[in-house]
Amino acid sequence: MNAGRLIVFGLGAVALAIALLLGVGGLPPVGDYRGPYGDVVYAIAGPERHAANAVGALVFDIRAFDTLLEEFILFGSVTGVAVLLRPTRRKGDGSAARTIADAADRLVVFLLVGIGVTFGFYVVVHGQITPGGGFQGGAFLASIPLLVYLAGGPGVLYRIVPRGLVAGAGAAGALLFAAIGLLGLAAGGAYFENVIPFGPRKSSIVSGGIIPLLSLASGLEVGAGFARLIRVFLEERLRP
Amino acid sequence: MTPDAILQHAALVFVGAAAPVVVLIRKPVSQAIALSLYGLLLAVLFFAYQAPDVALAQIVVGAVLLPLMILLTMARARRQEEE
Repeated sequence: MNAGRLIVFGLGAVALAIALLLGVGGLPPVGDYRGPYGDVVYAIAGPERHAANAVGALVFDIRAFDTLLEEFILFGSVTGVAVLLRPTRRKGDGSAARTIADAADRLVVFLLVGIGVTFGFYVVVHGQITPGGGFQGGAFLASIPLLVYLAGGPGVLYRIVPRGLVAGAGAAGALLFAAIGLLGLAAGGAYFENVIPFGPRKSSIVSGGIIPLLSLASGLEVGAGFARLIRVFLEERLRP
Repeated sequence: MTPDAILQHAALVFVGAAAPVVVLIRKPVSQAIALSLYGLLLAVLFFAYQAPDVALAQIVVGAVLLPLMILLTMARARRQEEE
């Protein structure tokens, strides 16, 4: 490599290392929290909204409007990719391509799909109680068709992930998310105000008012969005 | 050191060691696989620092979906070159 370049890189690297070390040295120790917001969120999430998972309460209640924008960013990006990679009139979509999976692979996938789908839905509907929620559960669910593709080939994937269905489901999820916010307006409050009864104090699947509803809408949007992304990427790759 | 601190330090060391490996690998396909493993290490790091929500998202997006998109894109681009 060019010696001059190495010297320039070395000087920059050393300067960066010194700056980083000085910066890291000034950080508070792990767990030493100094801001007021975390304490406020904890005071609201559990005692008031009956949501044991403060992160779920934060994402789907306290800053639900920010999450709405994130849902639309994801929906917009996925739609953009799907439009860019839309099917052109060429011979076939590669669905005839065969899989190299043998019987053992198929058995493993067969066993994993049921467990995976169950776990994905579990994560989506327990967002207010345990770590996870609509985004994590939805993304997990979207990876299941990939498993099916590995065992069954593209034909099966195209059948269980139809273009129209995932596009519609993604749009419905985003719309549902925005519509749930209107409940607050209907009750005479603010957009995304949590006006539904908070349910049992000891967090259950129905606790948290709008939190589980928004988590479901988000799961639908994210799951369909990522499934759509996987479908269009694979189709583009396999097109003859 | 408490078990928590040991896990945190170990995760930091692994992430710190794996990051340059991802960058230094020059073969794109190997790099995508390394990126996937690096994503899993990041998930462990998030978990060790008590951010399980982020860790879950990181596992699915960083370790599965992102490397998959990269692999599919590269395979498609390579075929275009061949044509």
